[in-house]
Amino acid sequence: MSYWDKEKECMPREQLRELQLRRLKETVYRVYAFVPAYKAKMDQAGIRPEDIKCLEDLEKLPFTTKQDLRDNYPFGLFTLPMSEVVRIHSSSGTTGKPTVVGYSRKDLDTWSELMARALTSAGATRYSVIQNAYGYGLFTGGLGVHYGAEKIGASVIPSSGGNTKRQIMLMQDFGTTELTCTPSYVLFMYEIMQEMGIEPADLKLRAGIFGAEPWSENMRRDIENKLKIKAFDIYGLTEIIGPGVAIECGCRQGLHIAEDHFIAEIIDPQSGKVLDDGSTGEMVITTISKEALPLIRYRTRDLTAIDRNICDCGRTHARMKKVLGRSDDMVIIRGVNVFPSMVESVLLNIPGVEPHYLLIVERRGTLDQLEIQVEVSEKLFSDEVRKLEELGALIGKEMESALGINAKIRLVEPKSIQRSEGKAKRVIDRRNI
Amino acid sequence: MAKQISVFLENKAGRLSHVTRVLGDAGINIRALSIADTSDFGILRLIVNDPGKAYRILKEADFTVSETEVVAVQVPDSPGGLATVLEQMAESGLNIEYLYAFLGTSEKDALVVFKVEDLAKACNTFEAKGIKFIDEKHLYEL
Repeated sequence: MSYWDKEKECMPREQLRELQLRRLKETVYRVYAFVPAYKAKMDQAGIRPEDIKCLEDLEKLPFTTKQDLRDNYPFGLFTLPMSEVVRIHSSSGTTGKPTVVGYSRKDLDTWSELMARALTSAGATRYSVIQNAYGYGLFTGGLGVHYGAEKIGASVIPSSGGNTKRQIMLMQDFGTTELTCTPSYVLFMYEIMQEMGIEPADLKLRAGIFGAEPWSENMRRDIENKLKIKAFDIYGLTEIIGPGVAIECGCRQGLHIAEDHFIAEIIDPQSGKVLDDGSTGEMVITTISKEALPLIRYRTRDLTAIDRNICDCGRTHARMKKVLGRSDDMVIIRGVNVFPSMVESVLLNIPGVEPHYLLIVERRGTLDQLEIQVEVSEKLFSDEVRKLEELGALIGKEMESALGINAKIRLVEPKSIQRSEGKAKRVIDRRNI
Repeated sequence: MAKQISVFLENKAGRLSHVTRVLGDAGINIRALSIADTSDFGILRLIVNDPGKAYRILKEADFTVSETEVVAVQVPDSPGGLATVLEQMAESGLNIEYLYAFLGTSEKDALVVFKVEDLAKACNTFEAKGIKFIDEKHLYEL
């Protein structure tokens, strides 16, 4: 086991809690003093900064949501003057105005430290050649990974997203040992490798650090088998800091949340009540070291569970489960919650099925219909109609038992579902509600 | 015995024209074809003059393709000709998955392509019953 910062990553929990409380208090004082929107919310809830006396008091503070960031677009929630802000990132803004985040110099240092921990946790060292195929730009993935990789002294290939053939050429020629990108992109790379006649086993690629979208355990197995690498899950979100909020270690029994910088809670997304450790709910994160844009109880919309038992790797930081899905990606069909990751898991359990799929939700009359498009690979194909219909029926039956609703399975031609070089689009909702 | 090329097609406008154009541009001649269709997809089955090349070309064009062993039987081109052959196959317990007719003919016989469950058994039966079937090489040249 190697650590980037053993003292912090393996800090005894009692000491960690003391550190968290001290930093939480400072953060609350600061937002109350410098951000009118926070002061207004806290005043409305009847809470003053001095009411935060122990970690449990965190529950008393109001939540912050994506809407708060939009309402204060672009810089309204910053606690520092722009002269102290050295970097701005932003979300893609696919669902309205983008959310904008700022970093002080110290915030960037923190972020680089977190990414250095994450990459080290996945086994990268100064001898690594890290190919960073996350998009560089406003998206936090590219630059976040980049600074962490430089920090550990690895050789970074800032290939950014896209141009897949060139990515593979670089991987081959430069001897890439670790790849960072979205899990859907690495599977697309694999398809192109096949077309180019390149055997993944002949590459030096050792591991991949994949994130920015939810992916299932079955998808991990699929990636590992195809690419002959170890696949690590990394978690983060733009609003909190970017990638590096949590990372898997070699045990891969959940992702360690950097608790010296963040406090994570799990809540019931409906009632907002804090749930016990181990229960699945929405993760809420409070940043406790950030300067430019501290966030109090930020609702991530990501559904997961937290385990605070000490991990075999020696790290004391709590572990979150692989994210089940973002509540924004969840589709509710006839009252049943469906996550793309559940569909993916079912598909990958059927031999020969490729993890390229698309969910289409439509409303016919008053009834919602779910169609799942699945690509027919050569392994699945038969020249007999009966066998293909049996395949469709089998997938349908497996879906029904896993999702609890019946779905129409449509077999489609290979590569007809759009491939993504960034975050994959898994759901098309055509209901106009 | 012969090799049939089977192609998966989505039920979408232009798919069939696309596959036939790809074959045409590669100089592949279609000798026989049939389409099995459902509401969502179809399976195009082809006998062509160069199955190996057709398979490669279609795969390169990202189609899902497979090669299937079929047998082309010479059936007397007269009333009851097919019935007699089918009866003889039924008597021998041969299960037919599907069949379709050939575009060209060989002299005065019609040609029917059969996909059977047990190819070896079918060939033995044909030989025993005196049913003529065309070998691969001659079939592609017809």
